[in-house]
Amino acid sequence: MAKLILSLDDRVIKDFEISKERMTIGRKPHNDIQIDNLAVSGEHAMIMTILNDSFLEDLGSTNGTMVNGKAVKKHFLQPDDVVEIGKYKLRYVNEKAGKVSQEEFEKTMVLRAPANPAPAAPRPAATNTQTDIRGGRPTDTQAGFQTSTVSGAGAAQSASGQAAPAAKGAADLVNTQTNAGNAQPNAANAPQSPGKKAAEVQMQSGAESGGTIQILSGPNAGRELPLSKPLTTLGKPGMQVAVIARRPQGYFITHVEGTNFPVVNGKSLDAQAQKLKDHDIIELAGVKMEFFLKG
Amino acid sequence: MATATHTGMVRSHNEDSVNVEADIGLAVLADGMGGYNAGEVASGIATALITDETKQAMMRLDLRKPDGANGETAPCALLHDVVAKANESIYRAANSQPQYAGMGTTLVVGLFYDNKVAVAHIGDSRCYRLRDNKLEQITRDHSLLQEQIDSGLLTKEAARRSQNKNLVTRALGIEVSAAPEVHVHDVRSGDLYLMCSDGLNDMVEDEDIELAVSSLSSNLPLAASQLVQMANDAGGRDNVSVVLIKIKKDFPATDGWVSKVRSWFI
Repeated sequence: MAKLILSLDDRVIKDFEISKERMTIGRKPHNDIQIDNLAVSGEHAMIMTILNDSFLEDLGSTNGTMVNGKAVKKHFLQPDDVVEIGKYKLRYVNEKAGKVSQEEFEKTMVLRAPANPAPAAPRPAATNTQTDIRGGRPTDTQAGFQTSTVSGAGAAQSASGQAAPAAKGAADLVNTQTNAGNAQPNAANAPQSPGKKAAEVQMQSGAESGGTIQILSGPNAGRELPLSKPLTTLGKPGMQVAVIARRPQGYFITHVEGTNFPVVNGKSLDAQAQKLKDHDIIELAGVKMEFFLKG
Repeated sequence: MATATHTGMVRSHNEDSVNVEADIGLAVLADGMGGYNAGEVASGIATALITDETKQAMMRLDLRKPDGANGETAPCALLHDVVAKANESIYRAANSQPQYAGMGTTLVVGLFYDNKVAVAHIGDSRCYRLRDNKLEQITRDHSLLQEQIDSGLLTKEAARRSQNKNLVTRALGIEVSAAPEVHVHDVRSGDLYLMCSDGLNDMVEDEDIELAVSSLSSNLPLAASQLVQMANDAGGRDNVSVVLIKIKKDFPATDGWVSKVRSWFI
């Protein structure tokens, strides 16, 4: 469950769980999060929550709302964002983001309309939206898109109206994945997510250490080609092409097209990718080049 | 045509299912969901049944003629028809056998004919087209996020950070009937079509997908495995499947064209 931690001068005052789809922040007592301070407007801001995503919206307050030091009207809250209202700070903590079993979490699920909507009791507009989401007949799609664009114009203000059907969807959410039945325990999942982070970090440091190709022969001799993209192709299309992929584990060269395969350190590649080492010499389409890691 | 499918780095099952039939210009990709191995069952039924039904229907149909009944072209009607059958079949299995309860699948189908492609989809499996080195998504996800993007609540960039990524608003086999969205696109020689499960586009930015398919378009199997590798390098949290179809040359409908279709695809 996401929450907001209210503090003043680095002193924590109170935690607020984000327990409903619309929570208001303001000076007046009817607000879900009351901050009794004259710098805070009566109705200052609100937090709208759709399933696991929360959005902050300033409600036209006198002194404005800041997130991470920047004034915002509307903001998609990310974990550890700091919302500032007057001298007060609200830190947004979403433990669900990241921690809770991604396994369970990322399974595709279907948002479905109420299974047996009582036809005798027509629901308010919210239900219509719900039906629209699912119901669109294929032939209607064009019109459907238009409709949604039109309603989109009003949706910015009536965003809270949007939240209602979505949250209703949450109640009707059918998790089609039986968690217990999963052969892969969440524990196995746990090391994977930091693994992902590590991969990202490595990716970045990989970019910093900057794999580079220097052309050694031919008309472009001396030229350097930084391998800054995830993939860099080398060679002459139609003749011989190879690709160097930048991966978390390093740089890999693979043959793409042509009857001749690239030669690395005097040895011809096969169809497999080969990891490049610092100062490897590559020969491709009659041109020699050297791979090296910069910095 | 080239396909690749991979369980990913995290999941233990591959619930994706892929089938291509170059003979009839058909490609089907499904991303199943449901407990135990029901996800595989649902996506498997979808691909197998759609392939078989399409094959049979192709024997009977002249795809160039509009279908008089409702003004739809024959391929669109055909896709609606086969998707409806697949839905019924999955729905029935899900409701008759407890171990399959609640299973369903997303789906994307491409049917190539007469210099055109009819693309049907349900849920968040996608079809992209690479033309003049520009990648364009030609299906629109049936998902909560897409709804939010459409309504202006989220930008495309913000959507990537959303915690609600996995919610589709339509799927096959969940209800008595399912409505695919079908569109017909003109096909040009040199076009490259990519169909993928969300395991690709959730992990890899469109920009990088574009880079991979455009720079490796001369070697489709390599491009396909590269895409899977990129998804796995980025964490590979879901099954990832891709189908790549490159259009070598025009394929106008002629008599007996079915026999010739094969040579038009790589």
